[in-house]
Amino acid sequence: MKQPKYPREEYFGPGHRGCSGCGAAMVARMVLKVAGKDSIVVTPTGCLEVFSTPYPETAWRVPWIHVAFENAGAVASGIEAAIKALRRKRGMYKDRKINVIVIAGDGGTADIGFQSLSGAMERGHNILYIMYDNEAYMNTGVQRSSSTPLFASATTSPPGKYSKGEDRPKKDMPFIMAAHGIPYVATACISYPTDFMKKVKKALSIEGPKFIHVLQPCTVGWGFPANETIEIGRLAVETGVFPLFEIENGKLKITYKPPKRKPLKEYIKRQKRFRHLTDEDIEILQKYVDERCKMLGLD
Amino acid sequence: MKTIITRGTYAAAEAVRLADVDVVAAYPITPQTECVEKIAEFIANGELNAEYIKAESEHSAISAIIGSSATGARSFTATSSQGLALMHEILYIASGLRLPIVLVNVNRALSAPINIWCDHQDSISERDTGFIQLYVEDNQEILDTIIQAFKIAEDKDVLLPVMVNLDGFILSHTYEPVVLPDEEDVKEYLGVYEPPHYSLNPDKPVTVGPVGVPKYYMEIRKQLNDAINNSVKIIKKVNKEYKKLFGREYGDGLIECYNLDNADTVLVAMGSVCGTVKHVINNLKKEGKDVGLVKVRCYRPFPKKEIKKALKDAENIAVLDKNVCFGFDMGSLGLDINATIKDKKICNYIVGLGGRDIKIEHIKEIINHVEKSKENTTKWIGLNKY
Repeated sequence: MKQPKYPREEYFGPGHRGCSGCGAAMVARMVLKVAGKDSIVVTPTGCLEVFSTPYPETAWRVPWIHVAFENAGAVASGIEAAIKALRRKRGMYKDRKINVIVIAGDGGTADIGFQSLSGAMERGHNILYIMYDNEAYMNTGVQRSSSTPLFASATTSPPGKYSKGEDRPKKDMPFIMAAHGIPYVATACISYPTDFMKKVKKALSIEGPKFIHVLQPCTVGWGFPANETIEIGRLAVETGVFPLFEIENGKLKITYKPPKRKPLKEYIKRQKRFRHLTDEDIEILQKYVDERCKMLGLD
Repeated sequence: MKTIITRGTYAAAEAVRLADVDVVAAYPITPQTECVEKIAEFIANGELNAEYIKAESEHSAISAIIGSSATGARSFTATSSQGLALMHEILYIASGLRLPIVLVNVNRALSAPINIWCDHQDSISERDTGFIQLYVEDNQEILDTIIQAFKIAEDKDVLLPVMVNLDGFILSHTYEPVVLPDEEDVKEYLGVYEPPHYSLNPDKPVTVGPVGVPKYYMEIRKQLNDAINNSVKIIKKVNKEYKKLFGREYGDGLIECYNLDNADTVLVAMGSVCGTVKHVINNLKKEGKDVGLVKVRCYRPFPKKEIKKALKDAENIAVLDKNVCFGFDMGSLGLDINATIKDKKICNYIVGLGGRDIKIEHIKEIINHVEKSKENTTKWIGLNKY
């Protein structure tokens, strides 16, 4: 397969304080490679915000703003509205497209920032919202979020005599976003950079609100060696735990079909957050994955 | 220049139109709503060229105009009561990022019990957010103060958000004559907002809102504290300039002194009640009695020096508060006056909570009480007996 060429320029600089093997840093880097110089980024409170901007240092080579945890959608709305007004009233950015991009964690998106995100999407602002999903509140030390998968161990959903870990399945953000009637929703995984960057590029070419849900394994929260981030992400996709698709104008399209879906066990066994599970527990999860893959038409 | 008869909320909207605001974000709440309805109408009719974000909450409204202001657009929002309380967390960030946002708060009581009528508990609860807080007495002052607020906020020596507070219903829903300055004159006066230090512009990338590690945090807070203290000069200057250009001034911009000569008894108050107090003072003067008023127009920064000077000859000081500092048995202005003035008799009066009318007889009761009182006390005025 011919690999598309992406610019050599880096707009998310090296030397930040992300953990080694951090997937969130990879997300920021890939997004900005595609989005380029004419972009304004909003990041709510979370790992990415903290490790990329300890004053007076910054990893961002594009304009970047952090306001609070739960309002990235609203902040981006305001930036987009200001660009429109400045363009109309003062002739700024004439014939120039400025990308307004949110890069936010799963807690800041699916939980505390959900209302702000929903409002921004519903109002139709021309923004791209990227949720980097590491499936828990990693910045505060691995507490469960609504994006934490069933049976995963987190510090607020620990396994024990009466617990198998997290007791609720993962919140279905892409379909919730699609229900807002926005023109473009996609899932992606950092282990498939070409697919991810293609989706970012496509999203940025579409007028209106766009949402990309990108899975980003976390060495600390999931419990695997730092050199395995990409491999773990690939297993999430190859097992069907995290299918890659697009929903364009309401139409679902699978963008990558694993040739033969791998057993879930291969993914589960590599992570400490699932180490308390028995074979029977994994069977329950396998059934859940199979059903979802069937529903999506992956098999 | 023309005179219209209008209500407080519309006077506020007219000021926003005249200020040629670029971005408005708001969420409806009584008694503010009519202000943003009127602004929406102006935009719909092409009388104001602005983007209007119909936010899904006040929290998002203030967040959105932080985004727009940081991008270099003149930005406005309005709210009341619970809405202002919902903005609380983000208000600190507006001042911390040094953004010249103008926020109109139509004063309304806080729940519970839920109450849509006027008192100052909402804005007083946001006293320490780093916003400049101005309180107005009538509808003309609403219009003038909002235009001035943009001038103050955007001054390169200030760069702070300004909250203009007007009394719910008493002003917001009351019709009064208001002189509208000419659009061109206001445009020339305010100019186009150009952020002097930073904006989110891809040609000059900047990181806004980074992590303030302990080594830097305290200095940044000190700069904010210095900026709000220094804004006293600019607020005074703007008041003077405005008088020259538009013919109206409000005391020295910070406080307004009324009938202080020969007055042993002086009331200190904020907002629309100052109108009632002035009326009582005028009537007493006819009877040969001099009572004075210090109207606090600028509550933050608190004009300590000016207030000290204004009250230097007063013997009986009566401070009116439309708010309570629970657990201290005083109102906020009462506390501040007590901290500013030493060795004088200062009584504090809690008045007009949740829309309780403050009548002429109440003002007279306060004057009588403070003159007879042997000590500094707090008294609730106008309570019903059940």
